Amino acid sequence: MSLLAISNLSRSYRRGGKTIVAVDDVSFHIEPGETLALAGPSGSGKSTIARLVLRLIEPDAGRIEFEGSNFLALEGSALRAPRTRLQMVFQDPLAAFNPRATVARVLDDPLRIHGIASRSERPRSIAALLERVGLPADLTARAIHEISGGQRQRVAIARAIATKPSLIVLDEAVSALDVSVRGQILELLLDLQRQERIAYLFISHDLGVVRAIAHRIVLLDGGRIAESGDARAVIDAPQSAIGKALLAAAPRLHRTSPQDT
Amino acid sequence: MTAFASIRDLTVTYRRDSGEVAALKTISLDIMAGERLAVIGESGSGKSTLALAIAGLLPASARIDGRIDWFLRPSSTLGAKAPPLSGRTEGGVTELQPFKSEIGKIPLGGRDIGFIFQDPSASLDPVMTVGKQIAEVARAHLDLTWPQAYAKAKTLFERVRLPDPDSALRAFPHQLSGGQKQRVAIAAAIAAGPKLLIADEATSALDTIVQAEIVALIRRLVAEDGMTLLFVSHDIALAAELADRIAVFRHGELVELGTTAQIVSVPTQAYTRALLDAHIGLDAEPLLNRPRLDA
Repeated sequence: MSLLAISNLSRSYRRGGKTIVAVDDVSFHIEPGETLALAGPSGSGKSTIARLVLRLIEPDAGRIEFEGSNFLALEGSALRAPRTRLQMVFQDPLAAFNPRATVARVLDDPLRIHGIASRSERPRSIAALLERVGLPADLTARAIHEISGGQRQRVAIARAIATKPSLIVLDEAVSALDVSVRGQILELLLDLQRQERIAYLFISHDLGVVRAIAHRIVLLDGGRIAESGDARAVIDAPQSAIGKALLAAAPRLHRTSPQDT
Repeated sequence: MTAFASIRDLTVTYRRDSGEVAALKTISLDIMAGERLAVIGESGSGKSTLALAIAGLLPASARIDGRIDWFLRPSSTLGAKAPPLSGRTEGGVTELQPFKSEIGKIPLGGRDIGFIFQDPSASLDPVMTVGKQIAEVARAHLDLTWPQAYAKAKTLFERVRLPDPDSALRAFPHQLSGGQKQRVAIAAAIAAGPKLLIADEATSALDTIVQAEIVALIRRLVAEDGMTLLFVSHDIALAAELADRIAVFRHGELVELGTTAQIVSVPTQAYTRALLDAHIGLDAEPLLNRPRLDA
């Protein structure tokens, strides 16, 4: 049984009297512990699919099964339990958090709201979460706006794993990070995946990163699936027009001589 | 190649609540006439501060030390309002602020220096047609009548390859895509025929395909008009595709400067090597140790 199974999902918007089909009859599945990348140009439907999966918006048609149940049928309080199993990390953690909240507060919220740790246990849980994402324990008193972008994204990941999810939606989660930090965050995501079999829906426009981290890829164009399959196989030899265009447009570093160390 | 601008001991300090932060520390570098120079670095490297300092766009609260000497030749493309620019200017603190300086000694932002920012939505007035915005620039710098300025705007829209330039003139920014807005911003930047074009993360907010198109556009315009290009980017691979030379910045200091081939293939500094190694290209070794899946 797939962890997440999406069937014939569609969603359109009306804008200025015109109907724009953002997601058009899209089906895919994610297995436990797997990274599935959604890639494609701007407007291809990547982020709309993420928001549909998170039920931030509702589809016009289609079905979403998560951990074996009909996810779209859940309403109100019935949604709360599965939501602990389905978390998200966005591109800009500064926009995702109250900038004046402390790190401790940001991590305390999910533990309290979902009843994961009692008031007396929570400081220990927060310290453990910080350690798991490679942050020092003394960061708890700092405000979100005071810490670096890389640290902030680690806090976002700590918050996402606080509720022991089986799936995390990562929407351009490493795109805004400095290259030196980006590699470390990707390593952290891989470690967490190995330790806890967390699956990732990894949304990115960067085919180099996708190729490095994803098992499989779904390539979108105009809301439809243009191509899908093994991430390396698709990126190394794309068959679709959009896959070829994305590959041709990706900047390449031509390092001619062997690097000295 | 001769120097176009010579930067010596440039130090820029911002005042913050917590005290003073040096964004650039005694930077010395020459920008050669007609070259494509990339300035790369991570956040806090000072790369954008350098671009703003060269364009005279630093906030008034920034403290500036050092000098920038310009070696500008008179240009026939400048309008009657603009006196020919020539000669070497000995610069001090005030002369790093072109807007406050005597015209004729130091390049004028918007006319002699075109600037493309990361976010074209922030560069454009949301309630004015983009045609009028470009015509305004042309009028301001080229001494044109409105009809002439609109005709110039249309020519510029053709040059930046906006689809359907006639209707684009009447469009508002929100009616254009991100890539189209950046084309309009580029049209504004080149409207007065600048000698120096500065692109500060001009493609970072665009997707890969649009980014490649905009980079190709900048390359073509720079070649056609003989402009000097300062291309500021966090992306070393993108910079390497466009630039003749690359300057690597870190923590406000110039780490290394060389031809693109030198920087990419035989960097001398450990930090440059680290940046190159951190690039995850299409040929990178996958980070993934493929775990066995259930399925």
